Amino acid sequence: MKRLLAVGAVVLTTAALAWAGSDAQPKASGAPKPVITKAVKGEQCVEPTDFMRRNHMRLLSHQRDETVIEGVRTKKYSLKECINCHASETTGSVAAAKDDFCVSCHSYAAVKIDCFDCHSTKPQGSAAMHPLNAETAHYKHKLAAQAASKVSAEEMAGVAQ
Amino acid sequence: MSELKPMSNPAPASPERRRFVGAATAAAGLAIAPGVLLIEVAHGRPEDQAASNAVRWGLLVDATKCATGCNDCVTACSTENGWTPVAESAHARQAPQWIRKLELQDPLTQMETNLPMMCQHCAEPPCVDVCPTGASFKRADGIVLVNRHTCIGCRYCMMACPYKARSLVHEPLNDTQKPDVPRGIGCVESCTLCVQKVDRGDGNTACAEACTAAGHNALLFGDMNDPESEISKRLRELPTKQVRADLNLNLGVRYHGI
Ligand code: SF4
Ligand code: SF4
Repeated sequence: MKRLLAVGAVVLTTAALAWAGSDAQPKASGAPKPVITKAVKGEQCVEPTDFMRRNHMRLLSHQRDETVIEGVRTKKYSLKECINCHASETTGSVAAAKDDFCVSCHSYAAVKIDCFDCHSTKPQGSAAMHPLNAETAHYKHKLAAQAASKVSAEEMAGVAQ
Repeated sequence: MSELKPMSNPAPASPERRRFVGAATAAAGLAIAPGVLLIEVAHGRPEDQAASNAVRWGLLVDATKCATGCNDCVTACSTENGWTPVAESAHARQAPQWIRKLELQDPLTQMETNLPMMCQHCAEPPCVDVCPTGASFKRADGIVLVNRHTCIGCRYCMMACPYKARSLVHEPLNDTQKPDVPRGIGCVESCTLCVQKVDRGDGNTACAEACTAAGHNALLFGDMNDPESEISKRLRELPTKQVRADLNLNLGVRYHGI
């Protein structure tokens, strides 16, 4: 039964997305259309747009097991890279506001995403995350306490290198 | 096999160099026999290569150098991995804690011992034995992790761990996670030996970096399988102990001076 439902959901989603993507959209309808903002970075996604609309979840789910269990860290299908390109320019996130890339389509298709219960919705090293870059972020407390400390920031940077 | 020569030089010093060597290994990988490639794996492997059991990551804690009152390793871990320091947490008793500082005193002699305690990255991990879903697992390079995609939050592993190393995330984290360190409500977590840094080729953990930066040098991270690594050399020289060695778990964290 669960399987049937899942298949149903996929069919519905695919239909909804295909329809949302087509030019001839009927004007009057109930649900507001998803806002699909073009990625800030880059010209073309890692796969053709049509393919990504239907299959991004399969790519992500395959990649996640390879990364977590085996430690393979290729970037092509990694969620982090999706976020790096698709984070909104206003919120800096893919899921903070209702028009942000992931949320916009998912709420239209009524498919709950739970990626962001655990994953950050913001790109690596974005100002919103931490003032220092990822490499030196763990020295934040040291730099803050610098006035009282005998070790200079330069020395610390040297160690971090 | 002229490519072999530069590759078999001693370990490079800086992360930049390590990354360069990583890239070079990837490029030259096909030309070199698999056995030779494995030696370089210890120092930042190419991103498309899985973690290898030729490496076993470990940590040597020198309790004689660990300073009273210092908490730098704990702070560094919380900053690197994005967990709220226990003192700042609204619910301190159930706050996640990946590493904690212990100050012990011998009741007979009053001798004080300082040491950080965290997941010991057991070679025979009880947490993995009891996990009903297979979420708790040991990676090929000896790092014990929780796969949050399959963890159901049953907390059997927390009960099984002899070192009280694991915590459950009780509350929604509301997008405060680090991009490199996904973690979330309903999942168990513990020290990952900074797996994100290891895979990036940093060759060190946040706690060990902070301890060195503070001038204490009580933490040494490295590959225990490589006889030439700094940690292997020190382990050969210093008398070290495993905590609860009687359990025969073959720990990845070894202590000197306890
Ligand atoms: S110390 Fe605890 S959490 Fe870590 S591997 Fe051993 S049993 Fe598992
Ligand atoms: S809490 Fe998660 S990792 Fe721990 S035993 Fe249960 S399912 Fe496994």
